[in-house]
Amino acid sequence: MEPRDVSLRDGMFQTHLLQGGSGEPLLFLHGAGGLHEGEYLDQLAERFTVYAPWHPGFGASEGSEHIEDIIDLALYCHDLMDELGLESAHVVGHSMGGMLAAELAALCPHRVRRLVLANPVGLWRDDEPVLDFFTLSPEQLLPYTWHDPESEAAKIAYPTPETKEERVEQAFQRIQALATASKFLWPIPDRGLRRRIHRIQSPTLIIWGESDRLVPPSYAEDFRSQIKDARVAMLPECGHQPMLEKRDEFVSLVAAFLEER
Amino acid sequence: MKLHFFHLMPYRFLPDDFREKYRGVWVDIPSHLFDPVKGHQLYNEYLDELEYAASLGFDGICVNEHHQNAYGMMPSPNLMAASLARRTNDAAVIVLGNSIALYNPPTRVAEELAMLDCISGGRLVAGFPVGTSSDTNFCYGVVPATLREKYYEAHDLILRAWTEPEVFAFNGKYTQLRYVNVWPRPIQKPHPPVWVPGGGSVETWEWVTKRDYVYCYLSYFGHKRGLQVMEGFWEEVARQGKEANPYRAGFLQFVAVSESDAQAERDYAEHAEYFYNRCLHVYPGFADAPGYRTLRTLRAGLSSQFERKAYTGELKWKDFIEQGFIIAGSPESVRQQLEEAAKALHVGQMMLLLQFGSMPPELVRKNTELFAREVLPHVRKLWSEYEDHWWINPLPQEERTSPAPVGVPAGGS
Repeated sequence: MEPRDVSLRDGMFQTHLLQGGSGEPLLFLHGAGGLHEGEYLDQLAERFTVYAPWHPGFGASEGSEHIEDIIDLALYCHDLMDELGLESAHVVGHSMGGMLAAELAALCPHRVRRLVLANPVGLWRDDEPVLDFFTLSPEQLLPYTWHDPESEAAKIAYPTPETKEERVEQAFQRIQALATASKFLWPIPDRGLRRRIHRIQSPTLIIWGESDRLVPPSYAEDFRSQIKDARVAMLPECGHQPMLEKRDEFVSLVAAFLEER
Repeated sequence: MKLHFFHLMPYRFLPDDFREKYRGVWVDIPSHLFDPVKGHQLYNEYLDELEYAASLGFDGICVNEHHQNAYGMMPSPNLMAASLARRTNDAAVIVLGNSIALYNPPTRVAEELAMLDCISGGRLVAGFPVGTSSDTNFCYGVVPATLREKYYEAHDLILRAWTEPEVFAFNGKYTQLRYVNVWPRPIQKPHPPVWVPGGGSVETWEWVTKRDYVYCYLSYFGHKRGLQVMEGFWEEVARQGKEANPYRAGFLQFVAVSESDAQAERDYAEHAEYFYNRCLHVYPGFADAPGYRTLRTLRAGLSSQFERKAYTGELKWKDFIEQGFIIAGSPESVRQQLEEAAKALHVGQMMLLLQFGSMPPELVRKNTELFAREVLPHVRKLWSEYEDHWWINPLPQEERTSPAPVGVPAGGS
């Protein structure tokens, strides 16, 4: 994967992204914590041309002050696709990125070839509230987001910063990411997707880690039942981040689904 | 120097094991801990205390706003101020303040404050805090990333609503109104003085100074720890080339006066411990929502007073005194300490918290009386070389009305 920077709308947005591979285009949309650069992207790039942008306000991407709500963000993603020369693409969205992917597909169904929603937010039920993760520190979050917080995968995903400066910088990055995410998720991660979700035309795969304690797996059925052509794949012994905790299974599931004809 | 009597209106009856049993005093404190009958007692007791202070010559009496909070029982400071406006005659009614980003439309605040200014005969000080993260983000659900912008917009709307003579349309991002026409209007022209309580955000210093408002640092941790924030503010004032007039700054200080230093400890230690160890038992997850403080402020090393580890474990009287959380002792000693603190902070609007924690009414009365008699007349002389441009401008005394007597006149049939 190679870093790339693009400028949108005469410099209103500066988007930093990773791009790599060949094959059909695949747009990966990250969640509230920002883009996790991991091997899952390289593996996907063996089969697809992967585009993984940081959303405005995350990492080095700028322009979040021009984005008020999730619809603005979805429309910005359309502008980004235009800039990248993508008439249409497969879209894979994780967590908040899943909410965004669903909005994207609902707004312009013809641009999303096949859709993958991995542990998405965007719907709300009083009997199964999404965890208020804004109140928890990264350490406190681990047992909610990982099936096995002690696993090798967890350690690789979240290496301990070596210096104090690194630790401080990491904390700032996290605050910046969550602050931006608050526009779409605060105080309740429901911005009316249920009024638009019926418009999704793309064949859709909903992937969920069975041990996700941040967004309960029971939401998988809420998504499935409201999307015309959707199916669910539950991953056992997996938490909120299947692409990190069950990387190989995640990549195989996604690739097999996107290559279906 | 102006001296104001500030009240937080804490709930005085939290259980002894509160710290161990509950995660915090704010946002999700269990409702069963509030006894409405005690609430009846407390509100009336606290209003009495504010009115008593006004009668003893304090320059102003201050109320503030908190939500879902056991150390501050005033979700609506305007209700308290309305009651105080009727029962006092001279003191400024200082509402510190309305978290204006929380009200939809914010013209509601413009209306209520105009009512208060009319009722009080022009004695209102209008405080406009951005609000704490717990109150605004967690209790009232405002998106942290846009709170400040929403606050600025609400401010602009309120100021225009008070000052523009004609009906106007307001097309804001957060509020759209076709007909803005606040009626009644405030007595004070162009509008009541605006004071802004802040928690040490770089942006607030800049904004307050630019607009020539009063900046108030309402810290619970006293004059010594308050220095860093006040120095930051005064640097900003200098940077903008404004006069370093102490009256453009306010500070909250706990004070406990008694016959002697030793007696002060006997009188007040228990109640101070109740405040710092029980009332300030705040769940860290609710202290500072991501985005509440800008990265600029965070990088400047300024964190919220709750997030900052003020102390670990239980604090005792000795700690409060040594660290300056509370200025306590004999009148003589309090006079001296308070003057030194005011000079160091360069503050002209001194807000005294003379009721804190679980202090019962008799003790509040003693503290208030001793302060008013033995301290206030002396420290008031400070800053006499400066003019207070941020003070109320009430109607002349003879034009102000008093409540009419009620009841059937004696001797009637």
